[in-house]
Amino acid sequence: MPVRTPENFDIRQELPLRLRATVDAMLGREEALLGWFEVDLDARLNFVDSFVLLTDKRIVGTSGGDLRPTSPQNNGAPGGMEDAAAGEKSWPLSAELSIQSKEKGGAGALELVDANGLLAQWRFTPARTKAAHHFVDRLKQFRSGSLSDGDLSESSEVLCPSCGSPIKGDQGLCETCIALPGTRPGRSLLRLLRFARKRGAMSFLGLVLTVGSTSAGMVPPYLTKPILDKVLVPYQNGQEAAFRLIPWLLGGLAAASILTWILSWARTYVVAWVSERIAADLRNQTYAHLQRLSLEYFGGKRTGDLIARVSTDTDRICYFLSVYLVDFANDILMIVMTAGILLSIDVRLAAATLIPLPLIAWLVHQVRSRLRGGFQLGSRAWADMTSVLADTIPGIRVVKAFAQEHREIERFRRANDRVLHANDRVNRLWSFFGPVIVLLTDLGILIVWIVGVWQVYNKNVTVGTLTLFVAYISRFYVRLDSMSRMVSATQRTAAAAQRVFGILDREATVPEPVHPIKTGRLSGRIEFRDVGFRYGARTVVEGLNLTIEPGEMIGLVGPSGSGKTTVVNLVCRFYDVAEGTVLIDGTDVRSFSIEEYRQHIGLVLQEPFLFYGTIAENISYGRPGATREEIISAARAARAHEFILRLPDGYDSLVGERGQSLSGGERQRISIARALLIDPRILILDEATSSVDTETEREIQLALDNLIQGRTTIAIAHRLSTLSRASRLVVMERGHIVEIGPHQELLAQGGTYSRLYRAQSDHLEERAL
Amino acid sequence: MTAPQTSALKPVSLEHDAWGQLILETDDGRRFTGVIPARAFPVSDPEHWVSICDSQGHELLSIENLSSLASGLRTVLEAELAHREFVPVIQRLVSATTQEPSDWVVETDRGRTAFQLNSEDDVRRIEPDQASIVDSHGIRYLIPCVAKLDPASRRILDHFL
Ligand SMILES: Nc1ncnc2c1ncn2[C@@H]1O[C@H](COP(=O)(O)OP(=O)(O)O)[C@@H](O)[C@H]1O
Ligand SMILES: [Mg+2]
Repeated sequence: MPVRTPENFDIRQELPLRLRATVDAMLGREEALLGWFEVDLDARLNFVDSFVLLTDKRIVGTSGGDLRPTSPQNNGAPGGMEDAAAGEKSWPLSAELSIQSKEKGGAGALELVDANGLLAQWRFTPARTKAAHHFVDRLKQFRSGSLSDGDLSESSEVLCPSCGSPIKGDQGLCETCIALPGTRPGRSLLRLLRFARKRGAMSFLGLVLTVGSTSAGMVPPYLTKPILDKVLVPYQNGQEAAFRLIPWLLGGLAAASILTWILSWARTYVVAWVSERIAADLRNQTYAHLQRLSLEYFGGKRTGDLIARVSTDTDRICYFLSVYLVDFANDILMIVMTAGILLSIDVRLAAATLIPLPLIAWLVHQVRSRLRGGFQLGSRAWADMTSVLADTIPGIRVVKAFAQEHREIERFRRANDRVLHANDRVNRLWSFFGPVIVLLTDLGILIVWIVGVWQVYNKNVTVGTLTLFVAYISRFYVRLDSMSRMVSATQRTAAAAQRVFGILDREATVPEPVHPIKTGRLSGRIEFRDVGFRYGARTVVEGLNLTIEPGEMIGLVGPSGSGKTTVVNLVCRFYDVAEGTVLIDGTDVRSFSIEEYRQHIGLVLQEPFLFYGTIAENISYGRPGATREEIISAARAARAHEFILRLPDGYDSLVGERGQSLSGGERQRISIARALLIDPRILILDEATSSVDTETEREIQLALDNLIQGRTTIAIAHRLSTLSRASRLVVMERGHIVEIGPHQELLAQGGTYSRLYRAQSDHLEERAL
Repeated sequence: MTAPQTSALKPVSLEHDAWGQLILETDDGRRFTGVIPARAFPVSDPEHWVSICDSQGHELLSIENLSSLASGLRTVLEAELAHREFVPVIQRLVSATTQEPSDWVVETDRGRTAFQLNSEDDVRRIEPDQASIVDSHGIRYLIPCVAKLDPASRRILDHFL
């Protein structure tokens, strides 16, 4: 390795261009830039940009544009040299100088301290949290000599275990292996066409039938002209009338009607068939996508809202496609054809009839955006109302226990009122808009009569032509009227489509690797390397280092909220680490295919969730092909077999919502059987026995003894007695591991664990007395 | 207590004593009084996996396949199971009202009867072509094959399935 001089570390090349000139002016030539941090708040938490630099000699802070010193009330602080001109302050890198990144309420703080106290403080928004941590790490790495040159984030080159290319970026993720987020496609309604393409042949047939039936519908008025001009008018005037034409003309009328009838019947059927399938495809795809989204997405979404999107909104789209879209295509066709026919017969008359058209177009444009806003509001209100239902119906026991029925009724009423108001808003607009269109339509027909009568009077057109015009034009305006109704349907659908695509456009925050590694048969060695995790800006786990050997059982203990579940979530890859890596058998969990990897994990939670179905189905949930013998032996091992036999329908008893009610301990044992059946290499018990009585706990404990054999087990429990089988106990406090060791050893240490233990054994003695 | 190796035991004889209690004798020479047989999968697989439990409900042994039993033993066992299981099989639906709670009149293999349903959720499809109905007293009725019902009964059932 070449001898490193500070210049080797210099990362000035990587600075964003907008900072480069400023930084160059601030730093001397002989000084190497090691890191920078862009501050986005000032001391009073206003949005002001500035930055802090770390060099091999000092830390420099600027206050950006406003030239005020960034460090608050600390102008005279020891060691701070102020360069008034540049508004910058700097502190030499003495041994006792240190920086730390803290969370202070909603905004973070980067603090510079020495032996005497706080020297400076820079505040930043949660968006900058990661960068702040990184900046702090740079100083640590520089001091420990582990800083590498050029590379911003990694202390040594790491090869992607999946594709072998070097990994960049502080996620420890291989860029080539992580799927890039899809490009954001355009308008929601147009995107529906993509779904129509899958049903190409039928969609095309629907289109052809639409054109056919519309054209057939144009024929009858056209035949009225010869009836009048060639037959009726001459006859009335005592001239020779061509009565021999009559059977042909009337027959033509009848034929056209019948053809229209058959074609529109076929069209309606085909189009409904296609749109029903498009909606079903959309629902399937939305639901499939929803299932693949990470837990994080569901954490921030209300169940009712999601249900509304998958069910109501897709249905709305279907209705639109089957009813309105065809009408719309029909109308457009009709209008174009009518306009063509009218122009070909008499240009002047035609021009007169089209006068109100621009006015209508303008009005439609005015109304459209307002309607869309109204419909979006309506959809959201509807989803809110569904959410109230999805919330309170499963929680009905709590509602009743606290006698809060009236309050829930009130909550629903309020949500329902919002739906009402949103719909009222749309209706107000609509009730005005609709009749205006009708008025304009009538006006159009009136104009035709005026111009037409005038033209007939001047003998420019025949009575037949005028009748033809009036027949066409009334159809034309009827179409216009229905098109205006389209406006509202389109906007309603656009709003629905937007909500559906809102799900489809979401990328899983736990991405699937592009080239996943096969897990093979895992031995189950779990290693946490400097793992850190944050929910948003809030650090929940930090600096976690732990290795669990294959087949070892560890107990995870600590006060509630100390991050135990979070650690387990990281192992399951429900979330991805913010820093460091979780390795299974030496491979980053992120390089496995998620689905394949999770097949190796058995998870038993505090609240055992059973799906609606038989007990046998619930036990074999993770491996639907399991034989009855396997199901029974899993249930035996989980100590569930005997109570299941006592149920009238045995393993065929229905459980879950609407099913047989089971006690918490019984449900728990079924969920243990479920975990056992997949024969996982890694077993995770998150407070699996916390919600049951001691007798049931003993039963479950026995079940667990069967379960943990030969598997790597992480057990979280509040009752420390539950963890007697654990070879080591890991004690967590506020996101850090504070103690690791076997029970006796930790007890002797007299630390957190012995305190927890003593609190519980006192409690037990109390009960024994 | 360790998990008993139930499936290893084999039944040798099964008979009723003077009080009508079922006595089981196993191949290790032990006798158990007042045993209770139970099917593990009474609906989906009644011919396999029958367990015999002691009077406390602890499983003594499990029989994987009924046809592997000696015929005498099997007759007693099946008679006892039939005695315990009361699941009338519906052969014809006579009438059912559609509003909740709905009143049903049916003809079963055990004769004609009437019952009331708490909600229409109590009519369930179990296997693709099998339906089960639980009335307001918790009695279960079985329709083993929906397709084999007569059209009139099927029309009634369609309102609920
Ligand atoms: N989805 C979440 N979003 C934000 N914060 C969370 C979320 N889940 C847990 N937390 C927070 O993370 C901390 C650790 O939680 P957890 O790991 O569940 O603790 P434990 O299991 O030890 O009781 C808690 O302070 C909790 O409030
Ligand atoms: Mg927890």
